[in-house]
Amino acid sequence: MSDATQSAFAAGLLEATPPPAGIAAWNSPSPERRYGVYRNNVAASLTGALATRFPAAERIVGPDFFRAMAAVFIRLNPPRSPLLLAYGDDFPDFAANFEPAREIAYLADVMRIEAARTRAYHAADAAPLDPQVLAEIAPDRLGGLVLVPQPSLSVLSSPHPAVTIWAMNAGERPVEPVADWRGQDALVVRPHMIVEVVPLPPAGAPFFGHLAQGRALAEAASTAMAADAAFDISANLAILLRAGAFTAIRKDQDDEDRDHA
Amino acid sequence: MIPSALPRRTGAGFKPEHFAAIIAEPQPIGFFEVHAENYMGAGGPPHTQLGRLREDYALSVHGVGLSIGSMQPLDRAHLARLKTLCERYRPESFSEHLAWSTHDSVFLNDLLPLPYTQETLDRVADHIDEVQETLGRQMLLENPATYVLFSESTIEETAFLAEVARRTGCGLLLDVNNVFVAATNHNLDPGDYIARFPLEAVREIHLSGHSETVDELGAPLLIDSHDTPVKDPVWALYETVISRTGPVASLIEWDNDVPAWPVLRGEAAAAQRMLDAAARQRAA
Repeated sequence: MSDATQSAFAAGLLEATPPPAGIAAWNSPSPERRYGVYRNNVAASLTGALATRFPAAERIVGPDFFRAMAAVFIRLNPPRSPLLLAYGDDFPDFAANFEPAREIAYLADVMRIEAARTRAYHAADAAPLDPQVLAEIAPDRLGGLVLVPQPSLSVLSSPHPAVTIWAMNAGERPVEPVADWRGQDALVVRPHMIVEVVPLPPAGAPFFGHLAQGRALAEAASTAMAADAAFDISANLAILLRAGAFTAIRKDQDDEDRDHA
Repeated sequence: MIPSALPRRTGAGFKPEHFAAIIAEPQPIGFFEVHAENYMGAGGPPHTQLGRLREDYALSVHGVGLSIGSMQPLDRAHLARLKTLCERYRPESFSEHLAWSTHDSVFLNDLLPLPYTQETLDRVADHIDEVQETLGRQMLLENPATYVLFSESTIEETAFLAEVARRTGCGLLLDVNNVFVAATNHNLDPGDYIARFPLEAVREIHLSGHSETVDELGAPLLIDSHDTPVKDPVWALYETVISRTGPVASLIEWDNDVPAWPVLRGEAAAAQRMLDAAARQRAA
């Protein structure tokens, strides 16, 4: 088999072209339907991989629409690795720009929650920070703490009620009209074996986003406060501990300042 | 080189949805088989479950993404991931397919066919040498379910597999359902295929279901769909094989429309009864 034979065989799998030269069946020199089995396997298995990863999106748009959208995505962005557990990381961005889905403005953000959930599912394991460790730190030194995020942590922010819509379409809560249509922020994190989607209070996204980037607690809090005056530090700290979103204290800014003094 | 050494009993393909039922009580199962690529994430439930299963059962790691039949070089990064996985779980067996799935860096996620020529034989043997050297273990190579033939083929599939096994020292994974599917699709006698197969190199057998359709001319076209119980002619072919080989590690594969655990376990038990009968026959 030359490279050319394999190229021709591969080329017809993602595009609806006639069977490549050089293949045959016992009863036909041009076995279109037999070659079509391979094309169908490729399409069905990759669509299936995306449907497994984005079930809420499939429920929102319906199976036919989802399959059609996936088919365009697969043709433009076929997998580049045999690790299909990571396939579709860029499917939400694709959906955001997919013209036929433009009216479903929240779709891409729901898909970002689903993509983050799969990443969290397969991320490295790490024990959450013991709340007792924080409790033993003097209050005047809390602001200088820098925390190590869970490998599974994503911080998401949506101008739509994406968390509520995701929950309704993931079977986490009954499907009903969204009473309070406003933007929502959330953490996606796996503190132990279960992936959690944790809704955040006002300015939670900038707060946790900065913490996850390695900014000190006080800096993250003042950024959040600047973003939204309704930012409530104690509510957010309670979530930080309850969600198990961080694993350790990386450094204590005050200690370092003393060391360098 | 660590030889492939599964217990000569029946096993089941592991599905995460069966985990709770499996660990709830001891299972009459000789081994579990997993798809390697599902356990290449950094952590999480897949590894926790596999680690737990490994405590009680023999393990077969079955790759579906290495693209051994590719004309291009093997993906070294993927081979390294397989090595990491094998070192972590120390499975009794590692197997892959006589097929390709990656071309020009695009992973097509299907087991695609290759023509059988001296050129492809050399390439496949080189790839298997590389796999076995890297992993430090014997691998098993599985015969494919195919839907088309290549006009450039000059070697029969059974002779191709026999020569690859002879040159590389790899073992063979005989998928009896694939034999039935491919023979039917190419209007050949599956019994004749088995008669020509190098059974002495077989270290594992796969059993699964297939679906039935027809081509444009109305001729049967079977699809290797892994979504039903094992069908009667495949069971019959299996009995023929084990009457000649004696008991061989035999796996029930059920990957789509997966049933409740007791149904899959029942299929494995049915295969075990046939293995036991074959063992008694040979002892007599």
